[in-house]
Amino acid sequence: MSVVVTTAEPVEGIEPVTVSGRAKKRLSSPWASLAAIVLALLWTVPTFGLLLTSFRPQASIQSSGWWTWFSNPEFTLENYEETLFGGAALSTYFINSIVITIPAVVIPVTVASLAAYAFAWMRFPFRDLLFVAVFALQIVPLQIALIPLLRIYVDLGVNGTFWPLWLSHTIFALPLAIFLLHNFMKEVPRELIEAARVDGADHVAIFTRIMLPVVAPALAAFGIFQFLWVWNDLLVALTMTGGTTDVAPLTARIAELSGSRGSDWHLLSAGAFVAMVVPVVVFLFLQRYFVRGLLAGSVKG
Amino acid sequence: MESFEKLGQMVLAIALFAGVMGLILLLVGRVKRRAELVESLAFVVPALALLSVGLVYPAIRTTYQSFFDRTSDTFVGLENYTEVFTNPAMLTVLQNTAIWVILTPIMSTAVGLVYAVLVDRSRFEASAKAVIFLPMAISLVGASIIWKFVYEYRPDQQGIQQIGLLNQVLVWLGFEPQQFLLNAPLNTVFLILVMVWVQAGFAMTVLSAAIKAIPSDITDAAQLDGLGGIKMFRYITVPSIRPALIVVLTTIAIGTLKVFDIVRTMTGGQFDTSVVANEFYTQGFRILNTGIASALAVLLFVLVVPLVVYNVLQMRKAA
Repeated sequence: MSVVVTTAEPVEGIEPVTVSGRAKKRLSSPWASLAAIVLALLWTVPTFGLLLTSFRPQASIQSSGWWTWFSNPEFTLENYEETLFGGAALSTYFINSIVITIPAVVIPVTVASLAAYAFAWMRFPFRDLLFVAVFALQIVPLQIALIPLLRIYVDLGVNGTFWPLWLSHTIFALPLAIFLLHNFMKEVPRELIEAARVDGADHVAIFTRIMLPVVAPALAAFGIFQFLWVWNDLLVALTMTGGTTDVAPLTARIAELSGSRGSDWHLLSAGAFVAMVVPVVVFLFLQRYFVRGLLAGSVKG
Repeated sequence: MESFEKLGQMVLAIALFAGVMGLILLLVGRVKRRAELVESLAFVVPALALLSVGLVYPAIRTTYQSFFDRTSDTFVGLENYTEVFTNPAMLTVLQNTAIWVILTPIMSTAVGLVYAVLVDRSRFEASAKAVIFLPMAISLVGASIIWKFVYEYRPDQQGIQQIGLLNQVLVWLGFEPQQFLLNAPLNTVFLILVMVWVQAGFAMTVLSAAIKAIPSDITDAAQLDGLGGIKMFRYITVPSIRPALIVVLTTIAIGTLKVFDIVRTMTGGQFDTSVVANEFYTQGFRILNTGIASALAVLLFVLVVPLVVYNVLQMRKAA
């Protein structure tokens, strides 16, 4: 997990200037280029086809393939209008996704950074044992906790509100978050902390004034990972909300539409892109953090 | 509930949380006797309490419930587990899961590796990689919709055009259109392709970094010996990045074992496509058979543990 983070290059490649770099370049044949292009097409054409479809009129979508658009170009925003504000009511679910995601990022990042700091820089009984236990919890699949967890929420009377989602995402994020942030905080030079202690700063002051600014990039990387994880999650959403309009996120609604209105492609195509637009924007603008975060969390869940 | 009210709830929840945490830290700052112990408790207890109540206790509870009947009232011993390993429908689920866990890592890693080598040091490397990596950003639900549309089937009749790309390609080539998602056992493979499409970006990114880390004197020496192209790939590149390859394979296998979204969105587990994680959801939250669902969750846990342990050990080696 953490090892991958440090060895992995961000997506933006660095042009090498080594001798072998130049030598290797000469080896690439036209066949290699062709293979690369075919793969790149396989990875983009399906998405492009659905995107194009989402802007075609409903009647055309049902009667002809999206590739006919090139000989018969049409454009409409009606699908988006209907999917957002019509029967599918995706605008409501979009708000739900936002309301679920923001606290489900803020709360675990805060709780985890406090715990990570304690594990890295404070002395208390059973510290190492507890840290190993938290580390080990990363391997627990969510499924093993879901049924009793739902029971707890029902007993507490918070079922049907946003609290089950906020709390569940917080809990499931903690093992990875504590582990990652601990590794970053541990790398802060000891002299920095000790100098502050000599100056009379307590742990609260060191944490807020020294540690948080120093590990801000790590917080951002994990925050983005957690944001996308929660935004894209389906399992927790389905089990903790029962799919109701009041609290269910976009993913739950679209998965449900795929089952109940599986051939209404004017709704599904536009709906899928409504759900995708946020992650794609995050990806385009925060690529470096994003790749790091995703690699770090690759075995989560 | 109105949107406005929901956003209000969100702000309130964050404010409440910030208030409680702030208060704790403020109070702790005033403690003078045994300050370090009190401070450290305030720092770790919120996390440890959440984990104990929300993860450790439920995990134990689920294990316990896996020995009880569907409503957790009567002790049934190993009956749920016997059911999972003998019922024909369940055996299909286990078989599908095995196919997923074997095929997905191999195919994703193969694509990721080949692509990483192909675009390595090319002029378009950055954008070429972004193209393969982008599917990792979108949800598995979104990816499922994209591919469900590719697989879409229209009956092969006069005047009816295919609207799914794959069937149109078949028609162009002179074949009959197929119901890709309906016909077992190949439908599972078509679902797996969606996961490969998503995971190849992960494989490519990690492997590309490993390839760039191969010392140039090794590749130079190999070139002097006349090695090129495919031989270079086979005898130098692959052996040099073996640890990274194993990490990628096991990491994807772990993720695949828990795959749920794709099956749920594309087929709902019908037409013999269900896998353990999907069956857990169906049993636990649709059919409400807590006993079987708990047994499936425990099974998932038991299957994940050796993979994760192996994965972590390999990462240590790779580092």
